[in-house]
Amino acid sequence: MTHPSDTGPAPVLALRDVSKSFGAVRALRDVSLELFPGEVHALAGENGAGKSTLIKTLAGVHRPDAGQVLLDGEPVVFHGPGDARDAGIAVIYQEPTLFPDLSIAENIFMGRQPRRALGRIDHKATHSVTADLMRRLGVDLDPDRPARGLSIADQQIVEIAKALSFDARVLIMDEPTAALTGSEVARLFGVVRALREEGAAVLFISHRLEEIFQICRRVTTLRDGAWISSELLDGMTEDDLVRRMVGRDLDELYPKQEVTPGEVALSVRRLTREGVFTDVSFEVRRGEIVGLAGLVGAGRTEVARAVFGVDRWDAGEVEVDGQALVNGAPSTAMAAGLALVPEDRRAQGLVMDMSIERNIGLTGLRTTVKAGLVDRGAERSRSLDWAVRLQVKYARIADAVGTLSGGNQQKVVLAKWLATGPKVLIVDEPTRGIDVGTKAEVHRLLSQLAADGVAVLMISSDLPEVLGMADRVLVMHEGRLTAEIPRAEATEETVMAAATGRAAA
Amino acid sequence: MADSSLSRAVRWDTVVGALLVVVLLLSFGFVDGFGNSLNLSFLIGNTLPIALIALPMTLLVVAGEIDLSVASTAGLSGAVMGALWNQGMTIETIIPICLVLGVLCGLVNGLLVTRLGLPSLAVTIGTMAAYRGIAQIVLGSDAVTDFPSQYLDFAAGRIGDTFVPYALLPFLVLLAIAVVALHATPFGRALFAIGASEEAARFAGIRVKRQKLLLFVLTGLLSSLTGIFWALHYASARYDNATGLELSVVAAVLLGGIDFDGGKGTLGGAVAGVFLLGALQNVMSLQDVSAQSQIVVTGVLLVLSVLGPRVARQIAVARAGRRAAAPPPLPKTPAPTS
Ligand SMILES: Nc1ncnc2c1ncn2[C@@H]1O[C@H](COP(=O)(O)OP(=O)(O)OP(=O)(O)O)[C@@H](O)[C@H]1O
Ligand SMILES: [Mg+2]
Repeated sequence: MTHPSDTGPAPVLALRDVSKSFGAVRALRDVSLELFPGEVHALAGENGAGKSTLIKTLAGVHRPDAGQVLLDGEPVVFHGPGDARDAGIAVIYQEPTLFPDLSIAENIFMGRQPRRALGRIDHKATHSVTADLMRRLGVDLDPDRPARGLSIADQQIVEIAKALSFDARVLIMDEPTAALTGSEVARLFGVVRALREEGAAVLFISHRLEEIFQICRRVTTLRDGAWISSELLDGMTEDDLVRRMVGRDLDELYPKQEVTPGEVALSVRRLTREGVFTDVSFEVRRGEIVGLAGLVGAGRTEVARAVFGVDRWDAGEVEVDGQALVNGAPSTAMAAGLALVPEDRRAQGLVMDMSIERNIGLTGLRTTVKAGLVDRGAERSRSLDWAVRLQVKYARIADAVGTLSGGNQQKVVLAKWLATGPKVLIVDEPTRGIDVGTKAEVHRLLSQLAADGVAVLMISSDLPEVLGMADRVLVMHEGRLTAEIPRAEATEETVMAAATGRAAA
Repeated sequence: MADSSLSRAVRWDTVVGALLVVVLLLSFGFVDGFGNSLNLSFLIGNTLPIALIALPMTLLVVAGEIDLSVASTAGLSGAVMGALWNQGMTIETIIPICLVLGVLCGLVNGLLVTRLGLPSLAVTIGTMAAYRGIAQIVLGSDAVTDFPSQYLDFAAGRIGDTFVPYALLPFLVLLAIAVVALHATPFGRALFAIGASEEAARFAGIRVKRQKLLLFVLTGLLSSLTGIFWALHYASARYDNATGLELSVVAAVLLGGIDFDGGKGTLGGAVAGVFLLGALQNVMSLQDVSAQSQIVVTGVLLVLSVLGPRVARQIAVARAGRRAAAPPPLPKTPAPTS
C-alpha cells in the first residue's frame, strides 16, 4: 500500500489504513488520506465508492473497524460528532439534517446558543450572527423563518452556514454544491478561499468535475471503497480524473440525439400560483428535451410541483396529450402519463425505510395488479428490471433504500418513475449527487426516452447539463418565464443573463 | 416478505405469538377454571370487541393515524339501538341505522383530520367525549335488555358443546378480509408508504387524504358493529357500554408490533396482541384481580408494547452487524477496460 505523501506542513487531520463495513458491504478498505492546512483537497469517486463513509469516519459518526484517525499526527478516537466538532472539525453532510420546526438561526446554533445572564439564550446575537453568515454567502434568507419548507438548495446553504459558524480548522463538505447554481457556488468558493487563506484545511466532494479543478489543489480517489490515488490536480485533465474514478475511459457526457419534435405533449398555459410564480406558459413536444434554468428560488420546482398536482394552482391550465389535468391531483396526472422526479429524494422521492423493490413498486400499484391484489412476481421483476437498467448498486433488492449511497438513491427515484412508461417526464435535478459515469448514463437515457417520443422537461442547476442536453432552454427569474432560448443560441452567458434578469426578455 | 423492515417486525410478531402460546399453556396448567370450554368461550367472547376494532385500528396506526373515539362510537351505537328499540322499531331496521351512524362518526373524524389537517389524536379525544355525551343524551341512564332472543342467543351463544362462539366466525371472515387488504392489495401497500412518509406517498400519486378518510369511516363502521355486538352479547344497551375499550385496543395493537409512528407491522401480530391481552384479562378475572388493577396492567402493557418492538429491532440490527463476517459479493460496476 502506497501512502500519499507531500512535503510541507504536517497534516492536521489524517486517516491511516482505515476500513469500515456495513454488514456485507465493505464501504472502506485500507484507506489513507491526509489533510493539510491551507489546502483544499478533493475526494472523488463513483456513487457508493465510500466518500460519505470516509467523511463520517473523520467526523466521528462512524468508528473505523480498523485503522486510525490522526489529529495533528496523534491517533484519536472520536466517540461522536461532538468530539470531532470540539477538535475544530466542521462537517457539511450530504443530506441536510435540519430540524424543520426550528428557525434557521436556531438550527445554526443548535446546542451551543450564545447565552446571556442566567443562561437565557441570546436571540439577538444568534439572529445577527446568522444574518452575517447569510450575507457572506450572498443569500437572502430570513434567520427567523422555520427550516420547514426550505428548498433543498436553501437547506444546503443553511448547512454551509452552520459549518462556517464554527471557527473550524478543518472544513469537510460532502457535495455542498449539488443543488446550487453557478452564482451560489461562486459565493461558496469565495468563502472557502478565504478560509483557506486563514490556514484551514478543507475536504471537498463534488460530482461536478469542473468544480474540483476550480478550487482544489490535490485529489484523493476512491473506487469500491479502496484507495486509488492521492495526487496534485495540477497537470491532470478531467479525463484523467474520470479514469481514476471509474477505471476506464468515459463515453460522451452529453450524448444528445437529434430528434424531430412531434405533437405537443405537455402544454402549460398562463399558470399562476399566487406569490410563487406568475403567468407561466410553455409547451413541450414529443421527442423534445426542454431545459428549465434559473437561479435557486426562481420558482422552477414550484412550477413542476403544480403541474404534477402536488400543489394547487390559482389560475391557468395544464394539458397532457390534449387532456386537461385536474388541479391538485397527482394521481390523475400520473394516469394521463405524467411523471415527476422530485428534487428532494429523501422526503419526496423515496420512502427511506422501505425496500428498493417496494419503492419502485409504489408507482406501479395501479398496474402490477392481478384480481385486485398486488402481483408480487410482476412487481419484483419490474423493480429488478429497472434497478438493473439504471445500474443501481445494491446488495439485495429487499434492502431498505435508506442504506444506499446518495447517488444510488437518486437512481432508484429515476427507476421508480421511468418504470411508469411516462409520456411526459419532468425531472427536477435528475443528476443531483450522481457520479460522472452514471450522469452520462442518465443523459443517454433521457436522450433515448426523447428519441422514443417522450416529452422531457428538465430542471437543472447544472448549467453545462442544460446546455448539453436541452433542445430549448426556458429561463425563469423571480417567478416568471423571462426567456426561451433555442439550443443554437443557448450559452452560459445568454442563460445566466436571463436568469439574473439582465436580459431584455 | 423479504422486506427488511418487515422481517424485523415479523420477528416481533413471533415473539408475541410465542408469548401468547406460553400464557395459554401456563393458564391451562396452573389457573383453575381456565381450560373449561365455558371459560374459553367467555375469553373469546369478551375479547371479540377488542379484536373487531383492532382490525381497522391496525390499518389506521400503520397509516400513521389513530382513533380514540372508537369505544364512544360503540357506546353511541348501543345507546341508539336501545332508544330505537324502546320506540318499537324492529331490530332489522335498527341495525342498519346504527351502522350508518357509525359511518357518520368515522366520517366526522376523517373529515376533521384530512380536510382541516388536525392531528387525529386531538380530534378523536374530542369526539371521544362528544360521542359519549350524545349517547347519554339519547338513552339517559336506562339499560335496555329485552332484545329479541334469537339475536341475544347468536351474540352470546356457542356452537354446540364446543368453546367456539358463533360470533367468532364472522370475525374470522373480517380478519381474512383485513389481512388481504393490508398485506396484499395496492390499498394496503399504500398505507405502509403513507405511514412511513406521507410526502413521498403523495409524490407517488397515492391519494393520501382519500385513503385516510376511508380508514376513519371503516373504523367508525366496525366500532358501531362492535357496539351492536356488545349490547346483544351482554344483553344490555347502556350509554356507557364499552367505556375504556379504546385503551385495550390501542394497547393490543401496539403490543402486536404495530409501530406507533406508522409504516410498520402486520395484522397477524396485532391479532396475537389482542388475544394475549384478552387471555391476561381473563386470567386476572379468574384470579379475582380488581377491575382497577386490570387497567393498571393494561397501561403497563401499553408502555411495554411501545418499548418492546424497538428493543427487538435494535437487537436484530446489532445481530445483522455481527453476521457480516463472510460477505457475499456485491453486484459490481463494469470491469476496467483500459
Ligand atoms: N448505514 C449504512 N448501512 C449499510 N450500508 C451503508 C451505510 N452507509 C453506507 N453504506 C454503503 O456503503 C457504500 C459506500 O457508501 P457512501 O455513502 O460512502 O458512498 P459515496 O461515495 O458517498 O456515494 P455517493 O456519491 O452516491 O454519495 C455503499 O455501498 C452504501 O450502500
Ligand atoms: Mg455520498
